[in-house]
Amino acid sequence: MSLDLEMEEIVKVFFEESFEGLDAMESGLLTLDAQADRETINTIFRAAHSIKGGAGTFGFLEISQFTHSVETLLDEMRNGMRSVTPDAVQVLLQSVDVIREMTQSAQAKRPIVTVGADALSGELTRILAQKGASTTATGGDRSPDPSAATPAGMQLAASGAANAATPFVGTQAPVVPIAVPLDSIAGWRITFTPEPTLFQTCNDPLRIFHELTSLGSLDVSAHVEALPAIESMDPTLCYLSWTLVLRGQVEHARIVEAFDWVEAVSKIAYEPLLLDAVSGEAPKPAAAPAAVAQPRQSAAAEATALAAVPATAAKTSGDAGSIRVATEKVDALINLVGELVITQSMLGRFGEKYESADLEALRRGLIQLSRNTRELQESVMQIRMLPIGFSFNRFPRLVHDLSRKLGKKVELKLSGENTELDKTVLEKIGDPLVHLVRNALDHGMEMPEARLAAGKSETGTLELNAFHEGGSIIVEVKDDGAGLNKARILAKARERGLVQPDELLTDEQIYNLIFVAGFSTAEKVSDVSGRGVGMDVVRRNINDLGGHVQIFSSEGRGSTIRIRLPLTLAILEGQVLRVGKEIYVASLVSIIETVQPTRDNLSSVAGRSELFKHRDSYLPVIRLHEMFDIEPDSRDIAKGLLVVVEADGRRASILVDELLAQQQVVIKSLETNFQQVPGLAGATIHGDGTVALILDVPGLLTNFLERQSGRVELAA
Amino acid sequence: MSEGAGAKSAAASNADSEKEQYLSFILGQEEYGVNIQKVQEIKGWDTVTRVPYSPPYVLGVINLRGSIVPVIDLRIRFGLERIPHDATTVIIVVHVPGERGERTVGMVVDAVSDVHDIAAEAIRQPPDALGSVERVFVRGLACLEGKMLILLDVDGLVLASVSGISKAAA
Repeated sequence: MSLDLEMEEIVKVFFEESFEGLDAMESGLLTLDAQADRETINTIFRAAHSIKGGAGTFGFLEISQFTHSVETLLDEMRNGMRSVTPDAVQVLLQSVDVIREMTQSAQAKRPIVTVGADALSGELTRILAQKGASTTATGGDRSPDPSAATPAGMQLAASGAANAATPFVGTQAPVVPIAVPLDSIAGWRITFTPEPTLFQTCNDPLRIFHELTSLGSLDVSAHVEALPAIESMDPTLCYLSWTLVLRGQVEHARIVEAFDWVEAVSKIAYEPLLLDAVSGEAPKPAAAPAAVAQPRQSAAAEATALAAVPATAAKTSGDAGSIRVATEKVDALINLVGELVITQSMLGRFGEKYESADLEALRRGLIQLSRNTRELQESVMQIRMLPIGFSFNRFPRLVHDLSRKLGKKVELKLSGENTELDKTVLEKIGDPLVHLVRNALDHGMEMPEARLAAGKSETGTLELNAFHEGGSIIVEVKDDGAGLNKARILAKARERGLVQPDELLTDEQIYNLIFVAGFSTAEKVSDVSGRGVGMDVVRRNINDLGGHVQIFSSEGRGSTIRIRLPLTLAILEGQVLRVGKEIYVASLVSIIETVQPTRDNLSSVAGRSELFKHRDSYLPVIRLHEMFDIEPDSRDIAKGLLVVVEADGRRASILVDELLAQQQVVIKSLETNFQQVPGLAGATIHGDGTVALILDVPGLLTNFLERQSGRVELAA
Repeated sequence: MSEGAGAKSAAASNADSEKEQYLSFILGQEEYGVNIQKVQEIKGWDTVTRVPYSPPYVLGVINLRGSIVPVIDLRIRFGLERIPHDATTVIIVVHVPGERGERTVGMVVDAVSDVHDIAAEAIRQPPDALGSVERVFVRGLACLEGKMLILLDVDGLVLASVSGISKAAA
């Protein structure tokens, strides 16, 4: 029994190490692309070797056998018997995916499906058979036979270079137009079976259905048979398939267009419903053989894809929602708890015997307790902080695959991977970043020829940067591509009626148009991007996190998307303020200092706007009691306090009656049960259980300036 | 309202499952009812923190076991005379559907009186002119032993009361 448990532990370690090894292999292979150095190949080889050994020991023969052939290929590369070709690297990358899938199956205690492995084994054997193939053959004559059992990704890679003009290659089976005269069509029956990974490609079937409803009346029935039990369900996967009945004289091509975006990741069958069939009781499918639009992948690819279904499906069970924490953070916590225990025992003494002479000791103990508590809180919060590298890690592979697919040359530069972010923020920032990177690659980056023609280097640079700025984290997605085409955005916006013909917009306003839902200027919709779905989601996700997005762009030179995120969503370093009988909390980050104004440094403009001379500049005075309609202690500025604040590069002073404590407060949403209130960022709960409101300093400033605008020119 | 009525209605509910339970409460001279399914709890008066830019009937927010919950004064909402809040003031906490899942909202009333079982067919359409209460928030009227109960549409009432602070308010 205990032996079993022990074994279980060891196997668990094997899985963990295998996944780490696979990650190492993947990142190693990606650097091989640029240059092959012996040490990197060694690292990859060692990782493969350990996986093979472990898998053999624990009886996962499928994994060890497959990994063995991978290892053989790597060994030959390591010994210099074989040179590193992009083709081989691509196959190795595919192999990493296959091994990962098999390992995931093994981890979930499910039978290991070897369809993908078998397909790739053939490929590996083929490469191994090319003895002394030290020169890179051209993509065309070496590309595998499309009918052979090879995953689609590989075909894409193999023929990608040769076929750069059409970004999406593969065995592109054009949709067979269905030869039914339009006037005899009463509707369509569409069977839509997406792959479980549908959502991960950022597709939403509802959008498609919505699009279809614009063509005619639509009946949707979902098939829920594939739904697993709730405990083994992965919420990021799509288990549903649908049968749609669309009534109306709709051209086949129109429907196909609606599904264009998901065609690569789903099986879709279209059956025309003929007019006389509909006039009967129930619409029956046409007797004519229904044309089935196969996905743009070979049958074998489909098999691999389907084989991958169970592998990903059960990934969730077990380690959902866990955090890997650096040992030093845990050590720091243990130390702090130790100190807390000491303080507690010291204070505990006073409970037993207390003399008035102990007062000083008690006071000291309490100070220590509050310090311990605070440090403990900080350390616990630190556990939630994870380096943004976790999110950046996926991009080398994504950029590699995507640039190959698009026939573009792109170098990815990452910086600030160690910048730490709250786990919740980190999880939610992943998808928006993927969107932005895909957009930058597809729309921003030009084709190599176009880059050369524009006098730029053939290889474009895509940068992902993360760094701290003030109390926020900035994440930048920066490309040196074509930049945003202002004229085209504006023309498109006018066409769609978003902007009036005579309206004049600033650059920023024009750039912000790309965040409007459904807005796209892409001339050609590709499967990478261009549907105009996404940027609105990006902005909404980021706004939900309390962050905001800014776009900087210069035509022909590239664009930068700048995301500003709060460090954490939960805690705020706050200054408690009092105005009349009301208590507010302002973020310490936004406060520069607090001053007692004298009449000398106050002045008014046009008898109404008040200015406060702070150092060498004049700051507008925001009377909080006027903004929030509070009865203050005194309306005389000289009797109150001015809190000098800064937000978004603007400064102002806020008039309050009194400063109270500085403390960390837990931010609670006002929106959950109530609604957003201008000038307020949320609420918090005081020690006595009452609610205090948290000021939104940037919002307050904006509101105030809007009120004032027209009355006075703002002092700088 | 009496205990007898309560017991009777409870017995009736066993006999007839078509009936729904309503919590009745007093506001001025009138008695109102809300579907008991909507009621989360009834609590005493608590310190309310005023929220700027709120309409007068939103008294502010309270701390309900760590959640920030807005409180509506139904007297003010229905245009009745204001009375001071004290220890006897009662807050009925209801939950209603919102855009982001369920919302929890407190409603200040004069007093809570009873739970009644009311059959759907016993609910009559309210007349168009209904004094202070806006017609849209009334689901119907129910007669109980010579007494009239105004049944409220809590969802509509709450939604209209806790949204709509416009940016322009700033």
